[in-house]
Parts: sequence; C-alpha cells; structure tokens
Amino acid sequence: MRKALSTVALAILALSAIAQQTFPQNGVYDERDKCYAFTNATIFVSWNQKLEKATLLIRDGKVESVGASVVLPKDAVVLDLKGKFIYPSFIDLYSSYGMPEMRTEGQQGRNFNQPQQTVTSKDGAYMWNEALKPEFRAYEVFKATDAAAKGYRNSGFGAVLSHRMDGISRGTSTLVTLANEKEHLTIVKEQVAHHLSFSKGSSRQNYPGSLMGGIALLRQTYLDGQWHAAQKAETNISLSAWNAVQSLPQIFEVGNKLEALRAAALGKEFGITYLFKGDGDEYQRLAELKATGSTFILPLDFPEAYDVEDPFDAQLVNLSQMKHWELAPYNPAKIAEAGIPFVLTSHGLKKAEEFLPNLRKAVENGLAKDAALKALTATPASIAGASDKLGSLEKGKIANFIIASNDIFEKETKIHHNWVNGKPYILKDLDAPELTGNYNLVVDNIPYQLAAKGEGEKVEMTIVVNDSTNVKVKHQVSNGLITLSFTPKGEKNAIRLSGTVSGRTWSGKGQNGAGQWIDWNASYTGPAAAKEEKKDDRKPREKSEPGALTYPFVAYGWEKKPQPATYLIRNATVWTNEKDGILQGADVLVQNGKIAQVGKGLKATGAVEIDGTGKHLTPGILDEHSHVAVSRGVNEGTQASSAEVRIGDVINSEDINIYRLLSGGVTAAQLLHGSANPIGGQSALIKMRWGYAPDAMKFEGADGFIKFALGENVKQSGANEATATRFPQTRMGVEQFYEDYFTRAKEYGALKRSGKPYRRDLDLETGLEILEKKRFITCHSYVQSEINMLMKVAERFGFKINTFTHILEGYKVADIMAKHGVGGSSFSDWWAYKYEVYEAIPYNGALMHEQGVLVAFNSDDAEMARRLNQEAGKAVLFGGVPEEEALKFVTLNPAKLLHVDHRVGSIKVGKDADIVLWSDHPLSVYAKAEQTFVDGIKFFDRKEDEQLRAAVSAERSRLVQKMIAAKQGGGPTQAARGASQSKEYHCDDVHDEMED
Amino acid sequence: MNIKSILLAAGLLVQTAAVFAQAGPVPAKPQSKGTYLTGATAHLGNGQVIENSVIAFDKGKITFVGAAGQTPSVDLNAYTRVDAAGKHVYPGLIAPNTQLGLVEIEAVRATRDASEIGDLNPSIRALVAYNTDSHVIPTVRSQGILLAQIVPEGGRISGQSSVVQLDAWNWEDAAYHTDGGVHMSWPEQFRFNRFTDELVKNEGYAAAMQELEDFFKEAQAYHQKATVETRNLKFEAARGLYDGSKRLFIQTNSAKSIQQAVLFAQQYKFKLVIVGGRDAWLVSDLLKANNVAVILGSTQSLPATEDTDVDQPFKAPVLLQKAGVLYCIGHEGFWQQRNLAFQAGQAVGFGLSKEDAITALTLNTAKILGIENRTGSLEVGKDANLFVSEGDILDMRTSVVTHAFIQGRNVDLDNKQKALYRRFKQRYEK
Repeated sequence: MRKALSTVALAILALSAIAQQTFPQNGVYDERDKCYAFTNATIFVSWNQKLEKATLLIRDGKVESVGASVVLPKDAVVLDLKGKFIYPSFIDLYSSYGMPEMRTEGQQGRNFNQPQQTVTSKDGAYMWNEALKPEFRAYEVFKATDAAAKGYRNSGFGAVLSHRMDGISRGTSTLVTLANEKEHLTIVKEQVAHHLSFSKGSSRQNYPGSLMGGIALLRQTYLDGQWHAAQKAETNISLSAWNAVQSLPQIFEVGNKLEALRAAALGKEFGITYLFKGDGDEYQRLAELKATGSTFILPLDFPEAYDVEDPFDAQLVNLSQMKHWELAPYNPAKIAEAGIPFVLTSHGLKKAEEFLPNLRKAVENGLAKDAALKALTATPASIAGASDKLGSLEKGKIANFIIASNDIFEKETKIHHNWVNGKPYILKDLDAPELTGNYNLVVDNIPYQLAAKGEGEKVEMTIVVNDSTNVKVKHQVSNGLITLSFTPKGEKNAIRLSGTVSGRTWSGKGQNGAGQWIDWNASYTGPAAAKEEKKDDRKPREKSEPGALTYPFVAYGWEKKPQPATYLIRNATVWTNEKDGILQGADVLVQNGKIAQVGKGLKATGAVEIDGTGKHLTPGILDEHSHVAVSRGVNEGTQASSAEVRIGDVINSEDINIYRLLSGGVTAAQLLHGSANPIGGQSALIKMRWGYAPDAMKFEGADGFIKFALGENVKQSGANEATATRFPQTRMGVEQFYEDYFTRAKEYGALKRSGKPYRRDLDLETGLEILEKKRFITCHSYVQSEINMLMKVAERFGFKINTFTHILEGYKVADIMAKHGVGGSSFSDWWAYKYEVYEAIPYNGALMHEQGVLVAFNSDDAEMARRLNQEAGKAVLFGGVPEEEALKFVTLNPAKLLHVDHRVGSIKVGKDADIVLWSDHPLSVYAKAEQTFVDGIKFFDRKEDEQLRAAVSAERSRLVQKMIAAKQGGGPTQAARGASQSKEYHCDDVHDEMED
Repeated sequence: MNIKSILLAAGLLVQTAAVFAQAGPVPAKPQSKGTYLTGATAHLGNGQVIENSVIAFDKGKITFVGAAGQTPSVDLNAYTRVDAAGKHVYPGLIAPNTQLGLVEIEAVRATRDASEIGDLNPSIRALVAYNTDSHVIPTVRSQGILLAQIVPEGGRISGQSSVVQLDAWNWEDAAYHTDGGVHMSWPEQFRFNRFTDELVKNEGYAAAMQELEDFFKEAQAYHQKATVETRNLKFEAARGLYDGSKRLFIQTNSAKSIQQAVLFAQQYKFKLVIVGGRDAWLVSDLLKANNVAVILGSTQSLPATEDTDVDQPFKAPVLLQKAGVLYCIGHEGFWQQRNLAFQAGQAVGFGLSKEDAITALTLNTAKILGIENRTGSLEVGKDANLFVSEGDILDMRTSVVTHAFIQGRNVDLDNKQKALYRRFKQRYEK
C-alpha cells in the first residue's frame, strides 16, 4: 500500500488535474478519477466538528463526503489512517508567496545628495504619489513557486492570500492554493482584499516622510477617490482602481498597537473597519483595540530571549523588551479571551519551520486549540470570501487537508501528508517501518547484538559489544530497502550491508572489510531498552506566572490606574497666578479633579492631607513647544506646506519622556510639527496623563493650532546646492509662498461656498480654517525681518498670528508684536547654534514682557522641558522680570497662548487641578517637583517613584533570571540590544520615517 | 534681593558699558595695584567657607585670605578696597572639555574649528585655533567662568587640549596650560542606529580597537629608538603620554568602556582622565584604585535608557563624591558653558553639598587638568582668578556676577548680549 501510494502520488504530481484545459497536451492524455478514501481517522471536518474513526472521501480534488459511515466507492484508493488525524489545511492571509522580488527591504534608498522627488516617477495616468499603488493586482503577476510553497505546506498550510508588500496602498491580493500546479489552477480567487501599510516601500518620492504624512496622504486619497468618482475631466488609473478596491476587505499592516489605533481612527472617518496585520503587541492595549471592531492577523514571531548574562550588556535591554519577550506568546490567547476576532499568520518568522512550534507555544500559553484551528481555517476562509471552497472539509470544498500523526497542537506530532487540490505532498511516510528494538544480526555467520533506539527519523543503531562498549551503526531505510554499515570492534574496515525490510526481518547481501560478497540477516528479538534521556539536574521548572501588564508598557508604567482623590494641601506657599499673588501658609483643596477651595484653615472630610509646610504649590508647567510623545517623525517637511498633517494622529503614549516631564512638574505640552517647511502640521495639546491611550491624553476641547516656520530651516540652509531645490530658498520666497497659500485658501473658500462641486483639499481646508480664525498659528521664528513680514502677511489677510515661538529677536520688534497682538514663546538663553540666532539675547523674554507681549518660555527639548521652572528663573536673572511674572512664563502665559487659561495656568477655584508641589522655591535650581497632579490625579510622586524603581529593578531581575534559564535550557537567544530606546525629536529632525 | 540693585550691580546700565564696541570688551590691563575684597562670604574652592572675609591680591597673585578682624599678612593700605559685603566670592570657575573659542556659530561650517578629519590626530592642537575675539567668550565669562580647557573633537584621537584664561588679546596671551592633554574617544561596542532607533553592535569595534593597539604599541617602540631618521609627528605628539608630561583624556560613558580604558591606561602607565563618565559610578572602585579622575558630562541631561532612574544624571556627581573618586563637573558645547554652575546646582538638589559642588567646578577641575598649583582655590600664592557674585552662584535666582579678576586683572564683564540689550532698551525709551 505504501509503495503504491508513493508511486501514484508521483504520477499524479507530474500531470494536470483537470480534464479539459486550454494548454495543448504533449503526449497521451492520462485522465484519472483520483478518488481517495481515508478511513479510520480522527477527522476535524471543521474547527468545531470532530469525528472519530471517520472516513474522508475525495474525488477530482474536491471533498466528496466525510463522516463515520461513508460508503466507499469501488474506484476509491483506500488509505487506512488508524490513529491519525485529519485537519483542513491552514490558510495564511498574510503572504507574498509567488510575488516578484522587491527591492531589498531595509536599504536606505534615498540619496541625500539627490534633488527631492516631488511626484511619482511612474509613467502613465497614475496618481501623483508613488507609494499608492491601488491599481496593482497580485493575481496578474502571481507565479506558483514550489520552493516557497513547500515551506508553507510543511507547516500545514494549503492556501495563502498573497500580495506584494510594497507601498502604502499595495493593490489587491489573490487567494491561491499551494499546489505545485499552473497558476491557472492554483488561483482560488483573483482579487480578495485591498492591502495597506504605513511604509512607502520602494517609492523614492519624498512625500510622505513621516507617519503623520502617511496618514494624511491616505485621508486625502479617500477624499480624492470620492472626487474622482464624481468628475469626468481627469483620467486617473490609480484613483479608479482605488475606488474599485473599496468594496473588498481592507487589510492594513501596522507596526504596533498604537498604529492600529491610528489606522482605525482614520478608517472610522470614512466608515471603514480595517483588518489589521498586527505586530504581536496587541495584548498591551486590548480594550482600545477591541473597540475598533477590527479583526487581527496575528504573527507568531515571538521574540527570542536576550543574552543578558553580562549585567552591563543587560542594561541595553529595556524592561519593556524583556516583558514583551515573556508576554508575546500569550498574545493570541489574550486576544481570544478579549473576544477580538483574529487569524494567525506565519509572516515574520525567520524560518518556516518555526511556525508549528510557535503555534504550539501559543496554545501552551492559553490559546484554546479550537480557537487556534478556527483562526487557521474557518476565519481566514471567511475573510477571504472563500468559505465555500476552503476552511473546512465539507462536501464540495477543495480537498486541502493535512494528515497528522496525532493532535496537531501536541509537541511531538508530525505532519505525514499535506494534500492540496486533492493531491498529496508527503512529508513523512504514513507507514514507515518500525525499526526500534533489539535484533540478532548475523553477518556471514557471525552474530552481533544490534540495538535500535529512539523513534522515527531519530533512530540510532549500535552493536552491543559489552556493557560499556558500543559500535555505532549507520543506517538508511527507504522504500522497503535498508542499508547498514559498521566497523566491528578491533577491525579497520567497515562491513557494508544492503537488503530488504520485511516486517521485522531484514536480509540481503553485503561486502565485508575485504570486499567479499557475504549474506546477512537480522531478526527482531524484543523491545530495546529506552533511550537514555539526558539527565536534567535542575529542578523541574514550575510554570511561573508572567509579569503584570503595565500602562504604558514601559518601565514606570502603572498596573492600577491612578484614581482622582480629594486632596488637601496644607500650609504651602501657593503661587496662584491670580490677583491674590503668592499666598503664604495657604491651603488648597482639590476635589473631583478641580481646584475646589483656596484659603487658610480649610476643612474637608475624607481628604488626603498633604503637608505643604516649607513647600511651594504652583500651577502645572505647560510647555508651549514640545516634540515628545510623537511617533515616527515630527517633520513632514517634504513640501512647502504640509498643513494637512496632524500631530494628533501620531501621539505616542508610550514615551518615557511623559513620565520624566511629570517628574519636572510639567502637566501639559503642545506637541508641534517641526520647522522644516513654512507651513508645518497641525499641533496637538496633551495633558501628561501617563498610561492613558493617545486619544485620552488630548486636552479636550482645546482650539486647533498649526505650526508655521521661518528662516534657516525653512529655506533649507543645511542642504547642499544639489538638494536644495524646493521653493522657497530665501526669506523673500517665504513671503511669496505665504501670500500665494492664503490667496489660494481664500479662493478655495469662495469655491466651497459657491455650492459648485469641488475637490476637498485638506491642505487648503487648513488654510481656510486659519482665515476663518478657527485655527491658530504658532510660528517658529528668529530674526526681526521675518517676524515682521509674517505679521504683515496675516494683517493683509485679516487674521493675527497667535504665537511666535523661539522668537529670539522678538526683543527687536516687541512693540510691533504687541500692537499686532501676538505672543512670544521663547528660549530663556539659547543662542549661537546657527547664524540666525547670533543676535539672540537672554534678555529677550524680559524686553518683550516689558513691551506688553505675552511671553512664555518653552523647551523644544525633552531634557530642558523637565526644568522649565529653572528657565523661568533665568528671566529674573537676565532682565529682572519679577518672580511671580517669571513663573507665569511657564504656566499661565503658555495657557493663554494656547487658549486654555480658562482651564489651567493658575490656582483658582473651578480650574483643573493640574498642580505641582515643589520642595523649594520653584524658580530655584534646587527645587524638585515632589508631587505632580493632572486633573486632580496624582501622576507623579517622588516617594512612589522610589518604590517604582525598586519594582522596575525587581522585575528586571526576575526576567533576567528567566532569560538566563531559557538560554541554559538551549533556547535561542539574541544579543542584548536596545530596541525602542526613546527617540528625542527636535524641530529640525527631517529623517524619512516612512522608508522600510 | 532688589531687582534694581541687581541690574546696577550687573553693570548693565553703567555708562562706560554704553560704548561697547562691535569688537567686544577690551582685555584688562595687568594688575597695577593691589586689590582686596571685604565682607563677602568666601567659598575657597577647597570646601572651606569664610564668612565676612578679606581676600587680597596683588601682581596677579592672591596675597591674603582670611576673616575680617584677622590681621592681614600684607599691608592693605597699599591696596584698593572693594566692598563686597553681603556678596559671595569664588575661585574662577573652570570649564573643562569645551569647544569655547573653537566654534562661533554651530551651524555655520566656516566658524567651526573643533573637529579635524582623520582618525588619529594626536598632533592637532586646539590652542592655535582659539579665537580670543569670539563674542561667545565674554557671555560665558560674565557668569564666572574664567578658565577653560579647550578640546578638539572628532576621530579616534582628536588632538591636544590647552587650558586658556578667558581675557586675552590672542591665543598666546590666553594660554594658561599649553597642550596638556591628549583627547581620544574610546571605541564603543554598541552604537545607536538612527534608522531603527536602537543600540546595536558596532561592527567597526574590533577594527577600532586594533587601530588603537597598533598605534600605541608602535608609538612606544618608536620612542625607544635611539635616533629617529624619519620623524613621525603623531608618535612625537604622543610622547608626552609615555613620559607622564601629558594626560590622556578618554571620552566614554559605558561601564564596560570605562573599565577597558582604565586597563589600557594601566598598560602604558598613562595618566588617565575619563570624560563623560555616565556609568562611572558603577565602576567607582576601579577608578579610585587606579587614581583615575572623571570629568562628568552635563548633569542636566536625560537618563540613558527608559528604565534608568529619572534623576540618575542628577545623582551622578554625589555618587562619585561619596565613592571618593576625583571628579569635576562639565557641560556640553561652547555657549552653553554659561550654565556650567547650574550643572553643579542641579546636583545639589540631589544630595551633593554646596561646597562640594563648588569644588567640583574649581579645585577638582584644576587638579584634573594639572593646574591646581596655580588656580582652583582661593589660597595665598595662587593666581588671583576669582569673581564676586550677588548671591549663590549655583542657583540662577542669585548668580549675578559683579566683578571678576583673572590673574588680578579686573575683567570687563560686558558682552555682546548686554550691549544688544542696552541698544534695544533705548529703542523703547519714550
């Protein structure tokens, strides 16, 4: 039977399966019924239907019937699968199987000495941005490739959804089986889904150069699609395709949990629920991800343990990485537990062979077997719209199934066959001869005791000479033949034997050491002693509970969400920033997140009392100019205006700098786009709600702002002549750029109001918001000429600049600024870092203040941000600003500049309890923020910080020990390295963050 | 403190300053007559404090340090008295490891002279590029920094540093301790990959280590030659390291690299100073046992990793202080040096005593640079490098410098920024 099957299988493999075909036949037609019956097996007809001792009958590549009492047709080839398991083959929805090779990923393709590429380099009526390829159809270029298919088949897959992983819009995917057949026969469904990502792929076009740019590009493209459908003037292959693919499932590859939230928010704007190809960290934000309603394609590429034996090297590895190493295998189980629909993919694994072990690891870590099977069969089939063809073994479906030696989720289980399109691919013979046991081997009448130990492919044979001496025997068994060779004790030359296997008797011919032909045979005498297991002296490791989840998922994150409480701060020096000025020995009551009372001798029941004796209480510091907590780029900057991009789309709640800022008394910050272009992007105002999801950090109801920039960065002073090709390159050009922008915005507004059809342009929509005083400008600026220029442009268009930031020459035109009504948010003492700040002076803040300009001091720097109180102190040192006014430079004044002074910036009854208790005079270098409150919730406490440090240290230590144990247990390790070291952004960071 | 008095004291509105020339303040004339300061709280730089002090100096040298009422050892009648009652007097602060005078505007290539091309540049000398007419120097000087170690950057061995005094006509005048240090950066085993935002193995590490070993072994062999036919300027420049006349300053932060640097210096018996020294506290025993000193980087910096204590950089000085390692406090860059004292002040908030903080800006720095016999503290016989402040120099609330003396010369504390302040004050005068 075994031989018969092998032969048949080979024969079928060489032939086409379908009776009629368009390709000419070279030779004699060989039509067969290909009817097979698999009997006595445990059959998973589907993920939730298991039959014992059942039969599966297939014909012509399709399931004919399945059940406990299937009548076997006479023409069926019958395979008895007693003890074996049959499953529907797995389906992988995330694959690039059969796609043409792409440019090597990871190469930094852009040559910084090349001029910018502003539009697509692709010829034809395609869309302007090369990273969007909705017109690409995977099925048109799909090439069945057996070498790649084999890797999948060996892991149990029978079909994959394949797409070309290139670009932000990647076109459509095609569903194919993994049979070694012509593409005509393996394509199950031509177009299945539209694929998207946040990576430009092979596009060398500069835009988008940031994640927020990528999001903005997609947002605009959704609008452009709508516009394109309604117009007739322009032929655009890409936009037509874009519209066509919208009816398909939308599969979005994201780099982490936050990117999934970002994409989901974008999708929501257009009524789209994406399916996400996740990164395996979804367990870190389950509630928010569940709320997206999305299905997740989960990878199984669990991180390897880090090599942390050297304690100094171990410092490179962050706690978040260590914890992720431990918790990643729980991800599928956690997702399942949360009720989030999911499928599993092998994508991302270094080697295809890791799939089954990692799948079993996920099961070991809590993923139910049926859930796992569903995620590999029924769910992906349903997502692909191919439930009628794949995903179970019901009648009429494609005969894609695997035959396994046992329960597929058990460790030692082997896949014997993987049948695809009704044809077998054999991984391991079903009825390989049983070799294990003791044999009496007689070679040329000389007896030897042969012992065969172990199982399957791992059988080892030895000739037993005595208790302590063995001779190794090399053996090979294949298709009924056996080959043995060994060198008897005391001899030089090997004896080589060849023969046949018949049951448990082997016999044949061979040659002795002298090359003479001899007879031999071996007969079974009984079971072999068990193969000696390697002794494990260590105690059996108990399955330890994994560490707790923290929010955010970095060191110093909290396990229990901090709650608001009623606080009574007693007897402190209170800097009210109100008429009352600085109150000595005053009490402040915080209730329901607000300042409830300010006075002396206050009483409150149930309040947590905080002794403020000798301490100072101030409003929380507000950093008007910050780039912390931003993911993948603060500059779009690839076009003169990127008004369409939004920092609010890319808030990074996991940035450790949020915690560091809290430790410096900062309670809110405006996150700004960088200064690479005259019109940057829209800002986000956040409160330092450590551990909250990005959207929950946003300052509710705050006015919208946008970053503008002037001067050296904008005119690309750092670029060489070859790359500096983007208009404008001078301050003269900058003025005309603005003049043009607002002229167009005005005309756009007129068109919009006219009721005529128009293309919604998010760049100009923003301009219109500015003109209509619904969005406000924070402008990076240095020298007086440009400051004056922008005010005049604004005045011509009937609006005001809200804030000049940096504004180091503000002191030269302070009176003009005051007249215009613009505020100045400056550095206290920075200068000499570029030509345009060579006349910067530390008296700038004082001079502007004296002239009636609303002055703030800002950081633009995560380090300085946590000591802005000291920077305010420098306003006293340089220029003699009164202390009370100086503190306002970093509290009330930025709150006013950001239009949130009705909520924060002073200690006044009814305002948000965003306050800081300082150990010392708040303008002093010696002052430490001891407790920092946001919305009356204590997010930082220096004493609790001590405990957190101890906890971080203890958790690190536990995980280090666990990793060392994993290493010693033979597990793979990776070198210690610091992934996810937090990145510090500044205004002029223009690195392309959208390349692969 | 009354605001008006600060402004007056700072000399911002005094008439003479109104004539600030575009070229900057004029270097002071040599001390022609003895000067003594009375009534100030004197911070000697060695940890001692004298309340209501008398500090006298003549011909550029300190001649008396004592308390009021103590009989002076010199005849103060011949001296000019400066009333410093209620004020504070300090030894001139020394800025170690700075590019002051080597860079005028960071982003303008034409004004940058701190970094030469090439890997091994021991013969490069910072002193000859030191621009005494830099407008940055007076802004730093007016915050009490009177001496600076100017240091070349870049490459593996960057070149030689000198200590300069900050009131000079040209670099020859400025030279205070010439070519005293050879500066190099230790090869790091890990480097930051800006594309992936992670620390990854430095593939060039082995080659860099080999380059160093080759250089120093071959230099040693070269120095043993009886006669040199072909002079190798790089080896010649390194000679001072082997004979102990120069110190080796190795820039490195990680514990492993610091350990390696110590072993390396031990091998050649070099006088070693670690620069940066972020992790020095972790290997303080080794540093102490080998008499290796540390110039710390900016106290006001961010923790190295996510997991690091939020205040680790703030604690770094006190940790070395407690461990008994000789260290001083440095700060990055050039214009930034005006905030040097606040780097020490920041550490005081986290456990360092105020006088230890002063020492880490003065005497310790002098010791590390090899100039402690001439400066770094208020002691008789040392150069009269000192300044007077309205209050505590470590705190921006009070660090208003009113007088400064370099080698007894009464330094003009005006600067370009004060001049611009005055200029635009006038614009707004009604």
